[in-house]
Amino acid sequence: MVASRAIGSLSRFSAFRILRSRGCICRSFTVSSALLTRTHINYGVKGDVAVVRINSPNSKVNTLNKEVQSEFIEVMNEIWANDQIRSAVLISSKPGCFVAGADINMLASCTTPQEATRISQEGQRIFEKLEKSPKPVVAAISGSCLGGGLELAIACQYRIATKDRKTVLGVPEVLLGLLPGAGGTQRLPKMVGVPAAFDMMLTGRNIRADRAKKMGLVDQLVEPLGPGVKPPEERTIEYLEEVAITFAKGLADRKVSTKPSKGLIDKLTSYAMTIPFVRQQIYKTVEEKVKKQTKGLYPAPLKIIDVVKAGLEQGNDAGYLAESQKFGELALTKESKALMGLYNGQVLCKKNKFGAPQKNVQHLAILGAGLMGAGIAQVSVDKGLKTLLKDTTLTGLSRGQQQVFKGLNDKVKKKALTSFERDSIFSNLIGQLDYKGFEKADMVIEAVFEDLTVKHKVLKEVEGMTPEHCIFASNTSALPINQIASVSKRPEKVIGMHYFSPVDKMQLLEIITTDKTSKDTTASAVAVGLKQGKVIIVVKDGPGFYTTRCLAPMMSEVIRILQEGVDPKKLDALTTGFGFPVGAATLADEVGVDVAQHVAEDLGKAFGERFGGGNVELLKQMVSKGFLGRKSGKGFYIYQEGSKNKSLNSEMDGILVNLRLAAKPEVSSDEDIQYRVIMRFVNEAVLCLQEGILATPAEGDIGAVFGLGFPPCLGGPFRFVDLYGAQKVVDRLRKYESAYGIQFTPCQLLLDHANSSSKKFYQ
Amino acid sequence: MSTILTSTFKNLSTTSKWALRFSVRPLSCSSQLRSAPAVQTKSKKTLAKPNIKNIVVVEGVRIPFLLSGTSYKDLMPHDLARGALSGLLHRSNVPKNVVDYIIFGTVIQEVKTSNVAREAALGAGFSDKTPAHTVTMACISSNQAMTTAVGLIASGQCDVVVAGGVELMSDVPIRHSRKMRKMMLDLNKAKTLSQRLSLLTKFRLNFLSPELPAVAEFSTNETMGHSADRLAAAFAVSRMEQDEYALRSHSLAKKAQDEGHLSDIVPFKVPGKDTVTKDNGIRPSSLEQMAKLKPAFIKPYGTVTAANSSFLTDGASAMLIMSEEKALAMGYKPKAYLRDFIYVSQDPKDQLLLGPTYATPKVLEKAGLTMNDIDAFEFHEAFSGQILANFKAMDSDWFAQNYMGRKTKVGSPPLEKFNIWGGSLSLGHPFGATGCRLVMAAANRLSKDGGQYALVAACAAGGQGHAMIVEAYPK
Repeated sequence: MVASRAIGSLSRFSAFRILRSRGCICRSFTVSSALLTRTHINYGVKGDVAVVRINSPNSKVNTLNKEVQSEFIEVMNEIWANDQIRSAVLISSKPGCFVAGADINMLASCTTPQEATRISQEGQRIFEKLEKSPKPVVAAISGSCLGGGLELAIACQYRIATKDRKTVLGVPEVLLGLLPGAGGTQRLPKMVGVPAAFDMMLTGRNIRADRAKKMGLVDQLVEPLGPGVKPPEERTIEYLEEVAITFAKGLADRKVSTKPSKGLIDKLTSYAMTIPFVRQQIYKTVEEKVKKQTKGLYPAPLKIIDVVKAGLEQGNDAGYLAESQKFGELALTKESKALMGLYNGQVLCKKNKFGAPQKNVQHLAILGAGLMGAGIAQVSVDKGLKTLLKDTTLTGLSRGQQQVFKGLNDKVKKKALTSFERDSIFSNLIGQLDYKGFEKADMVIEAVFEDLTVKHKVLKEVEGMTPEHCIFASNTSALPINQIASVSKRPEKVIGMHYFSPVDKMQLLEIITTDKTSKDTTASAVAVGLKQGKVIIVVKDGPGFYTTRCLAPMMSEVIRILQEGVDPKKLDALTTGFGFPVGAATLADEVGVDVAQHVAEDLGKAFGERFGGGNVELLKQMVSKGFLGRKSGKGFYIYQEGSKNKSLNSEMDGILVNLRLAAKPEVSSDEDIQYRVIMRFVNEAVLCLQEGILATPAEGDIGAVFGLGFPPCLGGPFRFVDLYGAQKVVDRLRKYESAYGIQFTPCQLLLDHANSSSKKFYQ
Repeated sequence: MSTILTSTFKNLSTTSKWALRFSVRPLSCSSQLRSAPAVQTKSKKTLAKPNIKNIVVVEGVRIPFLLSGTSYKDLMPHDLARGALSGLLHRSNVPKNVVDYIIFGTVIQEVKTSNVAREAALGAGFSDKTPAHTVTMACISSNQAMTTAVGLIASGQCDVVVAGGVELMSDVPIRHSRKMRKMMLDLNKAKTLSQRLSLLTKFRLNFLSPELPAVAEFSTNETMGHSADRLAAAFAVSRMEQDEYALRSHSLAKKAQDEGHLSDIVPFKVPGKDTVTKDNGIRPSSLEQMAKLKPAFIKPYGTVTAANSSFLTDGASAMLIMSEEKALAMGYKPKAYLRDFIYVSQDPKDQLLLGPTYATPKVLEKAGLTMNDIDAFEFHEAFSGQILANFKAMDSDWFAQNYMGRKTKVGSPPLEKFNIWGGSLSLGHPFGATGCRLVMAAANRLSKDGGQYALVAACAAGGQGHAMIVEAYPK
């Protein structure tokens, strides 16, 4: 009896297995036959559900280009024509990416607004067909679903996403100076409500799957799976597909509703949005906010508001028309070119062009648990690097450990980490006061006091403790690496790694190589930086390297302008009005007046009069009075704990009066002041390329924007020269040269570019 | 006999069907399996090792396992444990003064009786001179109690140890919130009236929101059912398969109950109520009925439901463990030997319930046995999906190679030897008490059906697992 029961249940088991495996076989047949015909998109049929798979060959991500679009419409037409098919699932075969957006190159190659408008209209047309599909289409989203990818997903009837860290949804077009041009501006407000849609489109922020579910952007979540009889990622996608198929069937049978159940608050907001007055108020507030934040430098956000407004107030047709036209206009703006250039540069600087290092860094040691040291430790441990953090005093060390813990704990509060993950990440950090464990270190990053003798002492001590292959990286903002390396027994292992504060927020890492630094050392440093999530530029050694060297003449000009009697508040307004995220005077306070003085003196010695202009005496007097900037509570401004409003430091008046210079009226208009600041930066940057400090203009632009806050809308100094015109840049410089002399003399490379209109930094 | 044989072959052809498609594999496993007719030719005649004491189970009992909120609902955990202990005393007639030590496993601790072993022993008629302690290791707590006993005997510290486990899910400690507790403690310390009043002014209404014992894994914040559902999905175990397995468990348990195989049960007289004599969670239903249930954890499309999960259970179990020489000297006829055992642990997120998969090959290797040597499998059934996922994992070379660092799979246990008197899905699963039930079922099955080796395995919260070999005592 027992046995027969067992047999009964067994036979059912086996029947199941066979059924399922048969399903597998026939599926793979249909897929493979379809594979022969199309490159990016194929589909197979499971029962009465078509499974459309996007998988662009030879690429980690799927992007929407003309080829993909035409294949997609081909496939959809077949599905719509096929009576056997009642619904469809749209899924990517790439783990970690649904569709990452439209192909940027396709947009960058447009020469007229009409061309870009046509691209937008084509997208609108396809997605409209999809939206009106008589057979329900379920988007099964795993990985990034951005820009055009999200517009595709929201044109479908239903969305299911994996609840995975890699799954993010968003419309980041605004970050490229564009707007969502394939119906996104029209569908999003209807789907998630006007305020949330504005937030998404104006910030371009990525939204995690669970948040997207709450917002109503996706209808169902699928938990990522662990290992089964195949790798987790593979099985998770398969599972997502299985779940999506069930829902597709449910939709076709009308057992599943496409209307998300709304809470009371949602109902109230959507009711409020039907009142014209409320809508007008929202437009007004958003517009004001945008104007305040962009200072009119970025055209995209305002156009996004216009387009959404057009759709809501004048109906769909007007909305779509406005969307495609404004999209076309935006695609050809300088701002968009600059931002796309930055995007491309960023992609470039996320690669290790020095190849894979011989030995992966597994044990990292950091000297100095100060702001920088602890910051470097934080971005290392959270990527799984075992990190020793050494300081000389227990108070210094615990301050550093607390900084790391706080950084991680803030992520817990934002729900980016669980408290358990925080604890396990934090266990990667070992704080200590001695050199224990350094015998296993693959790389030591020192972040000790910026003083050559201290650095020498530390380097000698470390080399005595570490193995032969260990790399010594110095985190310095201005001390030349070859001088630090001069006492090293293994100069080929010495390199500069210049992090920017706060390390966990600033994306840039400037890596400095000397003549002696080996290629493998560089490869290793870049690999570590990439692991830490940094955007990396690699520059040659020299006073101030690249970033500090560009900043110094600019700050010198800032001091001169202050000496000429311009109020720090006004100067701040002028510089932020030009696109700098932080005003020039505030920047000095943030960096620290003593640091600025240090750098100004050092580089002044190295480069002579060219770096002059403002009087270093101003900084010296500030330092002697204790006005070190934010860290001492007083600089150009007075800082109070907990208060965001800062007032001018009236005690500065005396210093400024003593060092007052006569302003030259011919170069002191507001515009001239802005250009004086920017031109010295640009000229020095181009000189760095001329001298070979920089390897490529792209790295120069990335360094300037991500490290120093060079206006992103200008795309960096090199992109700025290209877009503004080298001749005009030279003309400006000559004008200021005649007023101030050598500090504004354009460098040779700039002159070359001015002389030949065909010469561009970016072809 | 012939039916058993045919079923073996049927089972073979199904489990290795997948494998047979790859012409490389069939050599090793299936041919081996085929050459092993039902019971004979073991790898080893016994697992006795020279110079190591043989440890035996003399007796093992449990009170009936009941659905939480039924007859035991007004009792306390030590009441149930006492029932099992006095049942053991009564059935084995062991003189109380020979018991050297008592160990109990439990998971959710009643705060008043945190060393529930001692409280129960005192009331059950054991000597107050016998020390007792309580262990906890989630669902393998009583396994830990047994293996602790084995360790004490093997190392010569004790000769006679009682091991058991208890769980009362009808009542769980629900605490005041941390803020409220802090205020109450501070109030205790406050000396003057004004201090007390100023403390009371800090009171906020949200202090009153209670804190329930965690149902979720602490490290991952995921409930076990949710994890089981994901595990089932990872191994592509369908809802149908899960329901079928659950139905099998209930049907087999019912049959075992009807035929009187569940002889480890001792009746329990509930104060003020009737005497309970049998488990009350065994409820064979129909697949149609089960298919109607909605998923309990991953909604709305998950596969784990109330019907294919083990239910909240109250119950207790206890075992008398001795060195063989002591047992024989006292004139006992032992039920079985307790042999090699192992504890394993793995990723608590994605492999929370895969303990048996990890533990099985290791314990077999340790004992020098193969899957074919095992005549009875007693696995803890937390969820149908968990059992079936474990089967698939054990039957996967890919999993063995990529996650367990082994060359080949261990193979999944043949169903006709597997939990044939029901399992936790149907009999119930009082967390702390299940381990002893598994071992007693294994021992009783061996003596009833005449096998030699049984394998007991279980998963536990925290991503841990356990397996032990039970060897039949010669007749």
